[in-house]
Amino acid sequence: MTAVLPVLILATSLVPALLIFWLPERAWRARAWLNLGGAAVKILLVVFLMVEVANGVTHEARLDLAPGLYLLLRVDALTLLFVSLSAFLWLMTTIYAIAYLGDGPNLSRFFGFFSLCVAATTGLALAGTLITFFIFFELLTLTTWPLVVHKEDAKSVKAGRLYLAYSLPGSAALLVAIIWLESATGPVIFAEPGDLRVLSDASLMAIFALFALGVGVKAALFPLHGWLPEAMAAPAPVSALLHAVAVVKAGAFGIVRLIYDVFGIALTAELGVGLPLALLAAFTILWGSLRALQQTEVKKRLAFSTVSQVSYIILGAALAGPYAVIGGLVHLVHQGLMKITLFFCAGLYDERAGITRIDQLDGIGRRMPMTSICFTIGAMGMIGIPPVAGFVSKFYLGLGGLQAGEPWVVGVLAASALLNAGYFLPMLYRIWFGVAPADAPQADERSLGMLVPAVATAAASLAAGLFAGAAISPLAWASLIAAGYLP
Amino acid sequence: MTTLLLSLPVALPLLAALLAVAASRQAAGLAMATGFLVLGLSVWLAFEVAAAGPITIALGGWEAPLGIVLRADGLGAGFLVVSAMVMAVVLVAAQPSFEDQGQESRAGFAFWPLALLLFAGLNTAFLSRDLFNLFVALELLTLSAIALVAIEGKAGSVTAALRYMVFALLGSVLFLLGAALAYAAHATLDIGLLAQVELGWPMAAALALMTMGLAIKTALFPFHAWLPPAHAGAPAPASAMLSALVPKASFVILLRLWFDLAPELASPLLLAVLGGLGAVAVIHGSLLAIGQDRLKLIIAYSTVAQLGYLFLVFPLAGGAGGAQPWSAGAWTAASFHAFAHMLAKAAMFLAAGLFLRAVGHDRLEGLRGLARAMPIACFAFGLSAISLMGLPLSGGFTAKYLLLTSAFASGQWGWGLVLVAGGLLAAIYLFRPLNLMFSKEGAAASLTPVPRWEQVLPLLLALAAVLLGLFSAGPFAFLQIGRPGAAAEGLLP
Repeated sequence: MTAVLPVLILATSLVPALLIFWLPERAWRARAWLNLGGAAVKILLVVFLMVEVANGVTHEARLDLAPGLYLLLRVDALTLLFVSLSAFLWLMTTIYAIAYLGDGPNLSRFFGFFSLCVAATTGLALAGTLITFFIFFELLTLTTWPLVVHKEDAKSVKAGRLYLAYSLPGSAALLVAIIWLESATGPVIFAEPGDLRVLSDASLMAIFALFALGVGVKAALFPLHGWLPEAMAAPAPVSALLHAVAVVKAGAFGIVRLIYDVFGIALTAELGVGLPLALLAAFTILWGSLRALQQTEVKKRLAFSTVSQVSYIILGAALAGPYAVIGGLVHLVHQGLMKITLFFCAGLYDERAGITRIDQLDGIGRRMPMTSICFTIGAMGMIGIPPVAGFVSKFYLGLGGLQAGEPWVVGVLAASALLNAGYFLPMLYRIWFGVAPADAPQADERSLGMLVPAVATAAASLAAGLFAGAAISPLAWASLIAAGYLP
Repeated sequence: MTTLLLSLPVALPLLAALLAVAASRQAAGLAMATGFLVLGLSVWLAFEVAAAGPITIALGGWEAPLGIVLRADGLGAGFLVVSAMVMAVVLVAAQPSFEDQGQESRAGFAFWPLALLLFAGLNTAFLSRDLFNLFVALELLTLSAIALVAIEGKAGSVTAALRYMVFALLGSVLFLLGAALAYAAHATLDIGLLAQVELGWPMAAALALMTMGLAIKTALFPFHAWLPPAHAGAPAPASAMLSALVPKASFVILLRLWFDLAPELASPLLLAVLGGLGAVAVIHGSLLAIGQDRLKLIIAYSTVAQLGYLFLVFPLAGGAGGAQPWSAGAWTAASFHAFAHMLAKAAMFLAAGLFLRAVGHDRLEGLRGLARAMPIACFAFGLSAISLMGLPLSGGFTAKYLLLTSAFASGQWGWGLVLVAGGLLAAIYLFRPLNLMFSKEGAAASLTPVPRWEQVLPLLLALAAVLLGLFSAGPFAFLQIGRPGAAAEGLLP
């Protein structure tokens, strides 16, 4: 047991962030090296820790703040699922962002907060106690706000205001839930679940509801999702990070921790709070898809698609059957890979061809073939067409629904797949079979820094589906985690 | 050695104040040197206290009740260190504003001796254990604070200073009456000696008078009307001292009176009244802050709200108990809250002063686009806002967490909801300026440049407020040194 590694893995994002803030605007090279260096070291550490965790070695670090209040960083299998995703996508997004932002203004501030945001996500994944989770959850809110308002125009400032207007009351609810719980049970440690039974059923249900409310804002659970589509005003790399790893995933991850490490499957079932949450998630899945169908802008449609897709994770967690858990957990990774691909492509369309609306996509496939292939892979994954990764998640979720005795889940999944097809296929049709108007603006793909990450994440989404049976696939890892939680 | 360590923080600023009048050309340098010297001595004293426990000295060898006794426990030494930190930075930050005005102007001449007198008053209040000494300390503190408000001689601030004076004098009279009553009944003014004797109704009456006097000086609702115009009207470095430091002295004395001197005289009614007024201050002050459209007034009303939190210690102390390890949580949290507020509020006023200098006025509109022009000062403002809202990681968060836990564990939900609501309201009133800093549309084209090093000063204080949250275990343990029993058991049996 060592305390060095958890701190080190947090430092790989934190230290570059703190240094970057002080770099002059023109120090492009130094910024890039710090970011990429941190990301690379982080990936190495993650790989090493995966081996350690698979061998049953625990790593944890602890910092006392006051009696009964301490920060605990602990590496477990679920931590690594999230950290490995964020480490890989951080690297990709950084490469992308360097190319995307070019020599725009306020770059040191941007990349400083960008790394801080990843550090907060990492800390959240490493959190070993409820209060540590809360602290990083709040840090995530605070560090993403400057990214959302980065452009400093009226639209982004409004988006930032909306983001905080949803997030801060959400956090307040979360804090009340945590302290209510802890004032009765003492500090809640994920690895050593305490006896929550000292509280009455009604209190526990209220705490569960407050908790779900608090993290539900970040996970864009209906009706708390209003901020997410507006946050599209942020630069494309920020949207990519927000939708794939940082914010919405933090919310979904929080739900998983809540059900499996705070309440436990048994108590969740006993209280009967899993089913309402599953129903709400199912409704969000359908609602998000329906709203996506109505959008005319590419990024807005993708945003509502996120609202829908993230709830798959919550649905899986809330159903709490073996296959459902695996489906939900693996979708945490799969959705991240596919959605970031789509956002990378949307950014490319916008930057290289000036396309922001769906009706402008006509015939772009021929002019930007690589981008369009990546976009197609991401979209097919979202619909759930094999062999892209999304299929695997949905298959397991469907099985999980049947296994948990909730056959309606299959109906929801089928309806959602149809809706997804309904809003993605017309886009693909326009891309590949539409005819570009004569006055279409110039389009090219001459930005390697933006194209390479898109290709890499598209390839990863494909590989995660094709090689789902391999020993080191996200599916295998999710199954390992699920095995640890199930009786 | 310990005699010197305890008496120098009181004596040095007094001496320096005299010298600053005599050699006014060197006043600024003298003040800064004193600031850092006292900071060094306080840190040294804190190490001594941490090693050997509370230190008591009798000046001139005369023990109480005859002589003057100074005592440094965790609480006193803690406040001494944090206020010296704030003071040292503020005195450096004041350099450009008051040096430029030249020795001939009233402000340039008077600022330094007044600031040093205020410093001496603060340190005396933190270390004294004698009601009369405490009265003298409060007078020194209040009079120099009032003079600092009026220092620029502007009509608005002179009116504010006069209003401050009316309230402050009322507070002093009440405190002095209470002290006289205590002396008449028990023939001593020493808190330590008074704590050992059987106390009856005269002491209860004395405590009631002193508590009211101190509440006025701490600007507790409904006695807060003097604070916002006074704090917003003073020059920024003075505002930083007034808002961050001055009300803490009277609050520390309140803590001493109830927790050290006479916990047995507390009644449920008293706790409900003090806590209730604090809660109203939190909500009322925050709502008024939301309505302001000048930055310094927002910050000043925020002080009214933040001081309100401190009074929640009375009903919440001893709240948790039982299985929880944080039985003295609320009492310690009050000090944490005070520390975090001292650091963050001073940082905020210093940053506001820089914005004012850059833009030329402190209406909120002027903040547009400043995140680009003055990134460091804006970052300092943002960091101190985090602590004031009680968001992690910051001293403000640790304090809020401990207070909330005490509230929930003892089933006093109402106070907990006030804490949560206060945090959200703070987010609203602090978000408005932050939001404008990030709005580039409509930003002023020309700004008076502010040097980088001046922007770093508020950042240092804001960082200290944040680090207090990250490294809070040490300060937490330190505050327990010489802690009164009532801090853990609560004021009611």
